[in-house]
Amino acid sequence: MHSPDLHPAPGTKRPEAPVKQVETGKLMSGAEMLLECLAREGVDVFYGYPGGVTIPFYDSLYDHHIKHILVRHEENACFAAEGYARATGKVGVCCATSGPGATNLVTGLVDAMMDSIPIVAITGQVHSKLIGSDAFQEADTFGITRPATKHNFMVKTLAELPQIVHEAFYIAASGRPGPVLVDIPKDVFQARGHYTPVETIHLPGYKVFTEGHTGQIRRAAQLILEAERPMVYAGGGIVAANASAELTEFVELADSPAVTTLMALGALSASHKNYISMPGMHGSYAANMAMTECDLLIALGTRFDDRVTGSLHTFARHARVIHVDIDPAEVGKNRNPDIPIVGDVRRVLQKLNRVIQELAPEFGNKKAPARAKWWNTVRGWMAERPYDRPHADNEIKPQHLMDEIDRMSNGQAIVCSDVGQHQMWAAQLIRFNEPRLWINSGGLGSMGFGLPAAMGAQMARPDKLVFAICGDGGFQMSIPELATIASHALPIKIIVMNNGYLGMVRQWQTLFYNNRLSSVVLDGFPDAEKLAAAYGFKGRTIDKPWQLTEALQTAINEPGPYLLNVMVTPDENVYPMVPAGGAINEMVFAPETPVAV
Amino acid sequence: MLQTITILLENKPGALLRVTGVLSARGYNIETLTVAKTVDPELSRMTITVDVEDRLRGQVVKQMNKLINVLQATDLTDSPAVIREMVLLRVRCTQESRTVVLKEAEIFHARVVDSSVEGFALEATGDPEKLDEFIEVMRSYGEIEVTRSGGVAMSLESKKLRLQPPVQAAVVPYAS
Repeated sequence: MHSPDLHPAPGTKRPEAPVKQVETGKLMSGAEMLLECLAREGVDVFYGYPGGVTIPFYDSLYDHHIKHILVRHEENACFAAEGYARATGKVGVCCATSGPGATNLVTGLVDAMMDSIPIVAITGQVHSKLIGSDAFQEADTFGITRPATKHNFMVKTLAELPQIVHEAFYIAASGRPGPVLVDIPKDVFQARGHYTPVETIHLPGYKVFTEGHTGQIRRAAQLILEAERPMVYAGGGIVAANASAELTEFVELADSPAVTTLMALGALSASHKNYISMPGMHGSYAANMAMTECDLLIALGTRFDDRVTGSLHTFARHARVIHVDIDPAEVGKNRNPDIPIVGDVRRVLQKLNRVIQELAPEFGNKKAPARAKWWNTVRGWMAERPYDRPHADNEIKPQHLMDEIDRMSNGQAIVCSDVGQHQMWAAQLIRFNEPRLWINSGGLGSMGFGLPAAMGAQMARPDKLVFAICGDGGFQMSIPELATIASHALPIKIIVMNNGYLGMVRQWQTLFYNNRLSSVVLDGFPDAEKLAAAYGFKGRTIDKPWQLTEALQTAINEPGPYLLNVMVTPDENVYPMVPAGGAINEMVFAPETPVAV
Repeated sequence: MLQTITILLENKPGALLRVTGVLSARGYNIETLTVAKTVDPELSRMTITVDVEDRLRGQVVKQMNKLINVLQATDLTDSPAVIREMVLLRVRCTQESRTVVLKEAEIFHARVVDSSVEGFALEATGDPEKLDEFIEVMRSYGEIEVTRSGGVAMSLESKKLRLQPPVQAAVVPYAS
């Protein structure tokens, strides 16, 4: 039996039960019980770094079938767990020791919190008798991670351990997903007791809203059928709820153009006829104009983030708004909707699609001329100003690099991006035909995310071509993980878009700070070929446009990992750009192209 | 105007911090906070008064309701509710003013909990504004020392408590 609030993902299967479950009443240590609970939750792999207090746990792991990936820094364990979770929808798991191990997880936890990614973090804690005594490697992990997680637990006795572990997985995966941390003192790992499998979870205060209000859904359907200029604004909730099929059916039934946010690229196939592009600060002209001029904005699993809306006063100012989200606190947070619907976006869309079909005959073709006009306008905007794709004769434009990756991926590859200019160009120019192919740190914008996330994604999807696209800044934050990649021979294609700058900050300094380039020059980048060779795999640096296709093909053909360092035009800016706090229809374009009115 | 929020939450370590964290993370200063267990010892009832700007009041209550340990958070600011507070007050007064002080205390229905040559210790309960007046009056008779409990509030409307039923453990959510 499934609880109604979890999202069965079509196509993903329960992993094979590899060993038989432990029988009730067996005498076990806390460490063994934890592993049994992880196995019962379907965990096949997790990422971590051992330390003093987790030695008992790692000792039990030595004999266990669950695979542990030894990363080179705890933050990357968390990012890798996120990459795994983002690529599959399953709960990603990471583990760290007490004190510095736990504090190193924090960035990853907040990252997962901001992007609603289900992960469970296990941290060791000092012996419970020592808690509060400033013991060696003691930190108040429970206190530090409270605002960094959806929920966190400190285990005090062996008796409560199994219950808490299953609660952690349930909380991480259900409702609006998020990170959950379980802090376990060393003596709880070591204590021995009789194991009783956990049957039920009862969290009376954990309110999970799944079914949208039927009356509201009906009213939404009427508004959609009455609208002359509808616009679908789909966010990461579509991916989290595995609602791509429902979204696709919906945009067709609603006959509406659709944008997908940075968190939702691929949620509607980039090759779908109704797909416009990404909206927001670096979104396309057509997406932002359509968001501004629509008369009905249908926001699905999204949170009206400032990077999407720009100035809230001018955002979609003529539009009535339907807002569907599983989190009641997001509905009305930034924009008061005309029709709020709190529920699982997949279930709501299933109902909405049925109601639209049922009501459509009543409405007939009255709106057809207005809709045709709207589509003409939107197509006009798309044709008027597509994304810039400059190619140069003697240097590699960053957009040229993304174009080539796009051509080779053909909408199929997994692309894990770091944070910065390359992330925006990749989001603009690489097409994704399915959800869970585009993996990036959207909300928190954590540099150093891309490479470890690619490790998690590649392990989750060994069948897939995985690119890690990094800037030269973010790549240097994750260099230690080259060892992890090498030791597991993960065939990740690491593409460094190297402009020698902390590019996005440099762009802002150029545009808004009189080009006073303060602390953004990243000189001293290592020789990529030698760096890769030092880790035992192949690497190369290129700087000419004619090398690009062949170099990417060589990287893809390589059976193992490959580091391709691509020297690009150093001072290219990402356009269009909506200055922070500006109206999204007032975009700044690349200077050499005429500015639209 | 201060916002009054009443919260029913699980009596667990850290639960209090999760609730106050919703406010402190947004830079709000809590004016008063009271918490004690309910008839069900696994639950606590908390009353918070806090100065939150109008447009964010709904948001903070929603964020509190999202907390796993919170069963129900309700904004009582604009709904029928009774709010009471207790004050313990020590006043130094002259021999001459003792009788008047006692008379004033009586007007506020305050009880004498201690009496000495230096003055009285008084206990009063009432709505917070009334207690402000009580303190002002007592201050006029001499040096005072005050401890206030912060308000405890109760809604006069019954609101249905929506609780989540138990679910099966270890259901791998992605398996169809």
